[in-house]
Amino acid sequence: MEAESRTKNLKGNLVKLKTMGMLWALIIICVIAAIISPQFLKASNIVNVIRLVSINGIIAMGMTFVVLTGGVDLSVGAIVGVVAVAVAMLFQRNVPIVLAVAVGLVIGAVLGAINGLGVTKGKLAPFIMTLGSLTALQGVSLYLANGSPQNWRDTGIDFKFLGQGTLLGIPVPVYIFAAVFLISLYVLKYTEFGRNVYAVGDSREAARLSGINTKKVEALCFVITGFLSALSSIILISRLSVGEPTAGDGYELDALAMVYIGGCSTSGGSGSVVGTLIGAILLSVISNVLNLLGVSPFIQKVVKGLIIIGAVLLEKQGKKAKN
Amino acid sequence: MLKMNHITKVFPGVKALDDVSIDISRGEIHALVGENGAGKSTLMKILSGAYTLDEGEIFIDGEKIENPSPAKMIEKGVAVIYQELMLLSHQTVAENIYLGRMPKNKFGKIDYKKMVADARVVLERLNLQLDPNEVVENLSVAKRQMVEIAKAMSRNAKIIVLDEPTAVLSDSELEGLFKIVKELSGQGITFIYISHRLKEIFELCTNLTIMKDGKKVESGEVGNYTSEVLVKRMVGRDMTDIYPKRNSQIGEPILKVKGLTRKGIINNVSFELRKGEILGIAGLAGAGRTEILRAIIGADPIDAGEIELEGKKVTFKNVKEAINAGFGIVPEERKTQGLMLKQDMVYNMTIPALKMYKNKFRKLNLQKEFEVTKKYIDTFHIRPNNPRVVSQFMSGGNQQKVVLAKWIAANCKILLVDEPTRGVDVGAKQEIYGILNELIANGLSIIMVSSELPELLGTCDRVMIMNEGEQTGILGIEECSEELIMSFATQ
Repeated sequence: MEAESRTKNLKGNLVKLKTMGMLWALIIICVIAAIISPQFLKASNIVNVIRLVSINGIIAMGMTFVVLTGGVDLSVGAIVGVVAVAVAMLFQRNVPIVLAVAVGLVIGAVLGAINGLGVTKGKLAPFIMTLGSLTALQGVSLYLANGSPQNWRDTGIDFKFLGQGTLLGIPVPVYIFAAVFLISLYVLKYTEFGRNVYAVGDSREAARLSGINTKKVEALCFVITGFLSALSSIILISRLSVGEPTAGDGYELDALAMVYIGGCSTSGGSGSVVGTLIGAILLSVISNVLNLLGVSPFIQKVVKGLIIIGAVLLEKQGKKAKN
Repeated sequence: MLKMNHITKVFPGVKALDDVSIDISRGEIHALVGENGAGKSTLMKILSGAYTLDEGEIFIDGEKIENPSPAKMIEKGVAVIYQELMLLSHQTVAENIYLGRMPKNKFGKIDYKKMVADARVVLERLNLQLDPNEVVENLSVAKRQMVEIAKAMSRNAKIIVLDEPTAVLSDSELEGLFKIVKELSGQGITFIYISHRLKEIFELCTNLTIMKDGKKVESGEVGNYTSEVLVKRMVGRDMTDIYPKRNSQIGEPILKVKGLTRKGIINNVSFELRKGEILGIAGLAGAGRTEILRAIIGADPIDAGEIELEGKKVTFKNVKEAINAGFGIVPEERKTQGLMLKQDMVYNMTIPALKMYKNKFRKLNLQKEFEVTKKYIDTFHIRPNNPRVVSQFMSGGNQQKVVLAKWIAANCKILLVDEPTRGVDVGAKQEIYGILNELIANGLSIIMVSSELPELLGTCDRVMIMNEGEQTGILGIEECSEELIMSFATQ
């Protein structure tokens, strides 16, 4: 009985994976890449592909939570900027690394909470609330940094490990990305909070009448996104050894591209971080292949855009065929 | 005038329609009856061109329709009015009637004057007191339905399909609809009428077709049927009494409500609910029935009143607190309020009481969830019986069983059910009544709001009647009759 239901469970999961045509797209693209560029399958190149996506991918994991509730967070890139400048400036004042990083993470979470409060207490549409905070926070980081990148070369603080270090030959950001992915996966699948995230996106009213504190769930998703944006920002400044006020500009669009390519519904309630991971790697693989082929970065942007549209189109066709 | 011959439609894994033929003459009001999943909606979707047919042919006025598409069927005079009305709520009545074909001058500018005047003519032809400039949002559901009919008429529809039009109407609104349908059928318009309410079919329709499991059972004149025969043919078994017998074991009061008031909505409502009892709440739409339930569980704030649960005074700030205290809610709108439609049955079954599935590290036990769901699928004969089926693909009756089962799985003590059998077929109704009986036999207490008086009379121990927010009486079931309830509800 137990074995039977377990295999059924497994089957159910496989079916879910199959519906994500993106996994197949990724596999196909990897095969093509391997054929046209022998470089592609080299271990060093694969590690590079994942390293490149780590920083944006961490934000996309957070974004997945918000999108699952039916929302969107446009302010993630601006949060990256504020945290980058803040942490860099703390370093300039010789604040210990651990403390500075902690402050950075708290700033991210607090900014996320402000978004969350605006959306839940203020009843603002997430798009509008976070558009506002995007604009305001860009201003904040430019003002704090006086418009210029902040470095801490003169202080003797060595903060390279998180962004540039490796463990067993694999870059540290990849480990962090993997950890964030696994924790997100666990939270969404195995915890009450995770269930509630899906419920809120599916039907707020049904969720409320099932005893779910929908506002709390929604607000927490913004906190998670803010926190992960800060985490990503900290890895970024460690990698670049500088805190740039505009470091995160455009990150919100990258993260959303990953989430939507990964199959999240724009109205919420369906999708998964597995999808987002596939979306993230897919985007990274494609730009890697295009780089290996020496395609102009301008054309790369065109290709990326078409892929976002194509991916969602494909997903829709797949669903139709299934019904 | 309409012939559908040997229609077959196959979906992956199911034969939704199997060699169905119907023949309808001009001016008929033709009822299409059958349980949920019998294939009525699929047949109508084929008629409207929404689904392509795998086999068979459609004739209208003797002309064979090749490759039916929605646009072509509209052109041929078919109009389908769905239960979920397809109107743009921010636009006016006239704009909705002429959506997609508004009168224009030669520069392409919309001629609003002409459009409003034309709309007025159509509305007058239907004897409707409606302002063409009114925004649809401000209209009642009944009026919106009329707008849909007007829209169909303005397109010179010859065949109008009404899919469960009365599920959301009050009795007086229903009369208005029937009058218009009868008038139009006198003018030669043909109607196909889908409803679960047999009473309406006998009152309104001239002919009928019975469907079951994707096949036609038979067609005939309504006059040749009694409701017993009709039900028997629909479900394929005898249904002498759809309300199962039971022995109520009524105990001590578990819930006391005193002076419950929400200004302008409900006023000074007081009652007791006893253990093992089903208390019905009757009244017309808008009498404040649903609002009582919502006020009890903290979904809406109250202005005055006290609630005592098992002898202790309680106030719920939100629904969550009420649920933790042992309440369960089966809301009026199953699809928007009762279920997460994108999720599977396991998910929906366990969502109100996830704490029961957590280990000490707060990790959910998916295996246990799956097994509990399977258990309730078996107990309540939920179909399909695969726990991984996504709920939007289930029939209404089975969805409702999931909503009921999830509260039982959550071990609730008091269940508040609001229109539990709306839009549910006869067979599933009987099963739902059976479930309610089983629950009270296990010591649950139930408050049930319903617009169907036979249902209240058949299942409740006492009935409280509401009239415009006021409580007008509580009757024991032995002294109740439909007439008496109606007199309290309209006094």
